[in-house]
Amino acid sequence: SSGQNRTEEFRKVNILMKVPALKDGSFTLAESIAILLYLARKFKTPDHWYPSDLQKRARVDEYLSWQHVNIRGKGGKLFLTKVLLPLLTGQPFPPEKLESATEELNVVLNQFEEKFLQDKPFIAGSEISLADLVALVELMQPLGAGYDLFEERPKLAEWRRRVEEAVGKQLFQEAHEGILNAKNLTADKIAPELLERLKHQLLKQ
Amino acid sequence: KVSLLKKVPALKDGDFTLAECTAILLYLSRKYNTPDHWYPSDIQKRAKVDEYLSWHHANIRANAPKTMWIKVLIPLFTGQPLPSEKLQEVMEGLSTSLKQFEERFLQDKAFIIGSEISLADLVAIVELMQPVGVGCDIFEDRPRLMEWRRRVEDAVGKELFFQAHEMILNIKELSNIQIDPQLKEHLAPVLMK
Repeated sequence: SSGQNRTEEFRKVNILMKVPALKDGSFTLAESIAILLYLARKFKTPDHWYPSDLQKRARVDEYLSWQHVNIRGKGGKLFLTKVLLPLLTGQPFPPEKLESATEELNVVLNQFEEKFLQDKPFIAGSEISLADLVALVELMQPLGAGYDLFEERPKLAEWRRRVEEAVGKQLFQEAHEGILNAKNLTADKIAPELLERLKHQLLKQ
Repeated sequence: KVSLLKKVPALKDGDFTLAECTAILLYLSRKYNTPDHWYPSDIQKRAKVDEYLSWHHANIRANAPKTMWIKVLIPLFTGQPLPSEKLQEVMEGLSTSLKQFEERFLQDKAFIIGSEISLADLVAIVELMQPVGVGCDIFEDRPRLMEWRRRVEDAVGKELFFQAHEMILNIKELSNIQIDPQLKEHLAPVLMK
């Protein structure tokens, strides 16, 4: 029935804008990085995701730490400015705000390429790790907002291709279907608690 | 003295270099097999440390150090104090983070993840000493937070703790330092952003 279809559709898009949380029996956990690490340990995933080699692991930790205010912060800011701000305020985004958000993202993308990726296939070296996963997932936000950050960055585009292949192209596309169609987002498709949190952030920008 | 303060934490272990203080702490705890409580082997306790360390970046770390920039470092380099609204904005943001810290992470426990100190408490306290150093005593009206601070200082060792924070706690002395005018000119526009 049409009611059921709407619920299903709603649930699909609703998943997009939920704050990540894990519940394992009575144990609850927030923060996507903590969740990823917990799952890697609990299910003893292949070593390359979070290498047991001390130095490689440190490279992953280094990226996961740095990315909060950098890739995640700036990618998120662009998405906020271009997609969410207009949704919340009903006004088109201010062009100068988008311009400065884009500039800030470009600065961190340069740092990402020069310091974290360099000439390696992946951040920790020859194999994909949680660092690459987290990085690419965050970059889907500005991409979904319509900013093709891979266009003039061939090295980054190559890295993206490698990550998608390592994860599995189909799985990756499925996981990002919502965000890559972000222009179809309407306010009712966003989880209320996330909207509240975003409102605070947006008012500060 | 100023350059020491402005150094980004970095580790060099032979050819291996590492930045980001969380990564450095984790690397050291693994390399030197530090006592389990710092980063517990129990995966749920460990996850709670990770959860705090992740949240910390966009919250406590986003606000606490700004107090030092606004009250001491920027005026030092630009020769001008900043308008009081700037500090107020930062303090408000910090207040919100501290509320979450107490209600969501600390609650009624002795330390962030339970009865023993971990890297989470260390990372938190180090950032929170910065506003204290510039005269914004965030512990003053927060007895629960103050109690936690005392426990952390005891667990680390009071003397070591104060040694580590000597510079931060005497940061106002920096205001008397003469900065090379060329350096001032160069940094001022960057800092004002």
